[in-house]
Amino acid sequence: MLQIKDLHASVEGKEILKGLNLDVKAGEIHAIMGPNGSGKSTLANIIAGKEEYEVTDGAIYLNGEDVEELAAEERAHKGVFLSFQYPVEIPGVTVTNFMKTAINETRKAQGLEEMPAKDMLKKIREKSELLEIDRKFLSRSLNEGFSGGEKKRNEIFQMAMMEPKLAILDETDSGLDIDALRIVANGVNKLKGKDNAIVVITHYQRLLEHIVPDFVHVLYDGKIVKSGTKELAFELEEKGYDWIKEEINA
Amino acid sequence: MELKDKLVSSFLAFENTVDIDAPVHDIRSQAIKVFEEKGFPTKKEEAWKYTSLNAILKHDYSVFSDQENALEFKDIKKYFIHDLDTYKIVFIDGKYSSHLSETTHDKIDVCLMSSALSHDKYKAVVDNYFNKIAKQDGLTSLNTAFSKEGAYIYIPKNKLADKPIQIIHFSTGKESAQLLQPRNLIVVGENSHVQIIERHQSLTDNPVLTNSVTEIFADKRAIVDYYKIQNDNQNASLIDNTYIDQEAQSVASVHTFAFGGNITRNNLNFYQKGEGIDSILNGVTIIEGKQHVDHNTLVHHTEPNCESHQDYKGIFDEKATGVFNGKIIVNKEAQKTNAFQSNNNILLSDKATINSKPQLEIFADDVKCSHGCTIGQLDDNALFYMRSRGIGEKEAKALLMYAFANNVLSSVKIPQLKTRINKLIANKLGVNIGFDL
Repeated sequence: MLQIKDLHASVEGKEILKGLNLDVKAGEIHAIMGPNGSGKSTLANIIAGKEEYEVTDGAIYLNGEDVEELAAEERAHKGVFLSFQYPVEIPGVTVTNFMKTAINETRKAQGLEEMPAKDMLKKIREKSELLEIDRKFLSRSLNEGFSGGEKKRNEIFQMAMMEPKLAILDETDSGLDIDALRIVANGVNKLKGKDNAIVVITHYQRLLEHIVPDFVHVLYDGKIVKSGTKELAFELEEKGYDWIKEEINA
Repeated sequence: MELKDKLVSSFLAFENTVDIDAPVHDIRSQAIKVFEEKGFPTKKEEAWKYTSLNAILKHDYSVFSDQENALEFKDIKKYFIHDLDTYKIVFIDGKYSSHLSETTHDKIDVCLMSSALSHDKYKAVVDNYFNKIAKQDGLTSLNTAFSKEGAYIYIPKNKLADKPIQIIHFSTGKESAQLLQPRNLIVVGENSHVQIIERHQSLTDNPVLTNSVTEIFADKRAIVDYYKIQNDNQNASLIDNTYIDQEAQSVASVHTFAFGGNITRNNLNFYQKGEGIDSILNGVTIIEGKQHVDHNTLVHHTEPNCESHQDYKGIFDEKATGVFNGKIIVNKEAQKTNAFQSNNNILLSDKATINSKPQLEIFADDVKCSHGCTIGQLDDNALFYMRSRGIGEKEAKALLMYAFANNVLSSVKIPQLKTRINKLIANKLGVNIGFDL
């Protein structure tokens, strides 16, 4: 599904990723953990196609295809979805209309007809119920005046609507109380299947109690320095990141 | 010969075409003198600092079109809001087209200025209202001097105009360059209500200059909604002089959709003459190329407890230039006035320009007045967010721009008109996405 080989990337001349390797197969959930400033969000944004980041070496492959030349929307059309750490407020565009436009533009790019309005409404209803989102919420301007938790829940609602092949959740747990966390995790788990993959980027182990990863990676100073199974996450929670830093610097 | 001299000397010829014994002719004779004295405005005048008429005054305009030009409805259907039942007052090269129009005298008068000026039946209204609030500046006086044709709308008190009224001016381009000077008079009685849609459309690339004057009188508790669609081609320039007199508790709104043309200047003047009045001035400007749109507004508050709301959004691409000059005057007596003005702009190119200038002259001490102006660019983070959801760059930009203007669009009260404006915007931005936000 997703292969990252020796990825080096910089923003404004500063190298942030320094030879990152990752291999995510369909049906898997990977967690990427790491201290602040290690490059987690950079990685998420680069996979999604943010143009400010420059890939200086290495490559990202999506189902074997090098994505370097693909714009953000083209990656989305191929099934990449990024749940933003800081979802952007877009006054004047309602959640519903944004989703209609996103889905129909994606369908157009895939050579499909627009989704009939009836089906769209049904899908919106189903997915909003899954995320326990009030219908009134859907006619509000996208993210405008939403609380932190509402924004994150809205991201996962969008994910449920778009049904991506590869979902990257960037710090989706931050700003969520325990109930919202459970709702969001439930939404993510419903989406999980043998044909898609999820990469969870997080600071804390908390979310991983609900979304159980197959693999856990530690990102530090632009590289993956340690990989393991979910037990690694518990170890990090208990001991913090210092022991890893010491291991590397030793 | 310079255009000014040509116009002054052609006044004599014009007098052969009108009844010079009518009282209105004294007004015309007076007005040509004012024009002769003041001429066209130049950039030396504060109000014209950012808009130069020099380039468009160089053409050798024909001042009167003497031929009757006809158009087939099927060829111009697209310029009408044709899925909406309306009265229509249609002019072709300044001449009334009865073939394309649908007027009425049933309870309300929706007809022609030329009829109103020449029939005794309308004399009282004309005497009371004609040229009563139009300014004595050069351009308005020029229009007054040659005033002969335009729309005449009279809604007596306690009447609801049963359908909106479309006023459309076509120019066929049969003349190599044409000056048009429509003169409209709209009188709306107590408690009455009318909706008007106005459009100027040139059908070829020959230069056209329209110097239009509209006087609107809204009596007590009247409601007037006026929509101006300015989406003309690149050699058509428009100077729109609109004057609105509002009596107590009336609500008047003017929406100006400026999507194109060569030089477009909107002189929009609201005079409040009673208490409890609401004046609404909304505008969306989306232009590119070397287009120029100048909104020059005035709201004059003279009595207590009135409101005014101005909301102008502008999007400028390539070398387009925009001007917003919004003046609010609050007289000493006009306590408890709420006057709001906002002008927000997006520049899509380094070469686009907007000059935004609020002018508040407040002589009362218990008022709420605010003005705000922003100039920005499209938010890159918002664009990335939308694109990461599969929305293409052009569509994402269009959606952001549409959202930016949405406040103004959502206040359009005629659904078919709103749909049409949405389509005009989508066409303009080169996208094919629904904007039913």
